[in-house]
Amino acid sequence: MKRIIVENISKSYKNAQALKNISFEVNDSELFGLIGPDGAGKTSLFRILTTLLLATDGSAEVFGYDVVKDYKKIRNIVGYMPGKFSLYQDLSVEENLNFFATVFGTTIEENYDLVKDIYSHIEPFKHRLAGKLSGGMKQKLALSCALIHRPKVLFLDEPTTGVDAVSRKEFWEMLRGLKQKGITILVSTPYMDEASLCDRVALIQSGKILSIDTPENITNQYSHKLFAIKSNNLYKLSKDLKEFKSTRSVYLFGQYLHYTSNDNNLNTQEIEQFLFQKGHHEIEIKTIKASIEDCFMDLM
Amino acid sequence: MKRFIGFVKKEFLHIFRDYRTMIILFGMPIAQVLLFGFVITNEIKNAKIAILDKSKDEVTLAISNKILSSGYFILDKNISTQAEIEQSFKEGEIKQVIIFEDDFAGRLVKENKAHIQILADASEPNTANLLVNYTNAIVRDYINKTIKDKRNVMQIVPQVRMMYNENLKGVYMFVPGIMAMILMLVSAMMTSISIAREKELGTMEVLLVSPLKPIQVILGKVTPYFVLSFVSGMSILLLGRFVFNVPIHGSTIMLLLITMLFTLLALSLGILISTVSSSQQTAMVISMFALMLPTILLSGFIFPIENMPIFLQVLSNIMPPRWFIIILKNIMLKGTDFMYIWKETLILLGMTFFFIVMSAKKYKIRLE
Repeated sequence: MKRIIVENISKSYKNAQALKNISFEVNDSELFGLIGPDGAGKTSLFRILTTLLLATDGSAEVFGYDVVKDYKKIRNIVGYMPGKFSLYQDLSVEENLNFFATVFGTTIEENYDLVKDIYSHIEPFKHRLAGKLSGGMKQKLALSCALIHRPKVLFLDEPTTGVDAVSRKEFWEMLRGLKQKGITILVSTPYMDEASLCDRVALIQSGKILSIDTPENITNQYSHKLFAIKSNNLYKLSKDLKEFKSTRSVYLFGQYLHYTSNDNNLNTQEIEQFLFQKGHHEIEIKTIKASIEDCFMDLM
Repeated sequence: MKRFIGFVKKEFLHIFRDYRTMIILFGMPIAQVLLFGFVITNEIKNAKIAILDKSKDEVTLAISNKILSSGYFILDKNISTQAEIEQSFKEGEIKQVIIFEDDFAGRLVKENKAHIQILADASEPNTANLLVNYTNAIVRDYINKTIKDKRNVMQIVPQVRMMYNENLKGVYMFVPGIMAMILMLVSAMMTSISIAREKELGTMEVLLVSPLKPIQVILGKVTPYFVLSFVSGMSILLLGRFVFNVPIHGSTIMLLLITMLFTLLALSLGILISTVSSSQQTAMVISMFALMLPTILLSGFIFPIENMPIFLQVLSNIMPPRWFIIILKNIMLKGTDFMYIWKETLILLGMTFFFIVMSAKKYKIRLE
């Protein structure tokens, strides 16, 4: 059963094309991730699916309803958490939740079991104003508000942006919990490391989808030999590696440079020798398995 | 209905938690009325004058005394030379100098004619005008009363009565004006800002993706402000009535109904403004230009419409406060029936209808 169907969606603004012919499908109770950098078109896509924007071209369905014709029906069954923190800062935690419950014609008590795991984290602060919460707690409250009416499909636009690492981890655990309860979730994030937490992901860049698959399949399809290289001078290292024979790509990845070559037989000794000649010390070279980010860089 | 009540409750919370909103809602009307009532007046009391009496006889003394005992003037100083006149004006305290020519009483007897020169500081033209008129009147009064020998001089004495505001109190004029201004400001500006705020903070996105109908959102926004503006308007009326004794001669119920109508008009105008502005700033600026200035300048609140250039007179026709002020003055000061204000009421109704239709048409069910 397909819960979200996107067919050849394009969206143009006055002087930019945000989405170019996008198509994908999301299955029932699937946690589907849209992974891409800022400006990739994620928010435009979310707004089209939540009936806030009209696509320039193409069609889309949410839970079997057309996003243009049946927009009223969709608005009853989806939960939406926009990228910008969209709660009332001058209302308390409880008042916010209460308000959204009332707007959707339900009460906190009625659906408490659904939000319990999330809301219990912030319930001790329920009389605090939403504006005074920390980033992580705000996100939890926003998620509780988006969930309070027991939506069939949940749209989360960059829910973890600007949230600390611990809260992010907790947040993803909550999403997995919601998925268990049968809620279909479409989530977007600019953080590549979060991709592996999704059932399937779509890598999106400049309004185009680069690849759609499970995170494992995407990384398994990576066809190059990938080296992680480190030395005492990363800046010089990068410059030198770019001049190395048959270099394919060099990019910074945390403490290391990730390096691929067009020569598949290249081995660590050869690289080490080259770098030693160039005057590098404390050289560390290892072959590694590609991450989603490596795949993304490769597909770009 | 529950959804609607929930929404209204939320709006009230917003209002009560924002002290700036509270100040505008309740502090401003009171401050305005008190300001206009006590401080800014057209009436002159205790204007400082100087007298240059070159004659110093019993007639000039009598006239001086009469002028000074009128309550409008205070003698700042007696001066003795022409040169001091300029000097006294420049010091800034003195609004008017009265000069009696020499041998005043003598000339009056001999030639039946004597001169008083009145110099007024016309850097404030209205004040100068008033002062000169007052002085003239006092002198004329003196002549009429003292010179019994009226031989063949023909006497036409106009008997003036200022109807509906016998004492020409400024506050009679200001209370309706401030009512119009505050209602416009509170209702229209506050609603437009509060809708724009939802857009700016992104909460509008969430509200749109909810089963709330546009009409519920709009009514939910309007209801609290309707109630509060009405309370605000009432507090102005009460202040006017009990602090400044502005009468309400006509039907109070009619007055309240018309006030409600005008509030509704201002609210619908506010919604219209909010549909075209995406941020609180824009909403504020539009409200300022579209509401504040015209209300003050073109509604006849401060400057008489009859004295405006034709172009502005025509323009003033589309200013809702203009009609509201006419109705208010009629009901409060003249005690007129509905018979005589139905035209103005109809205009207000028409405008309200127009704004509601326009904003319903412009209301977006999606983002841009």
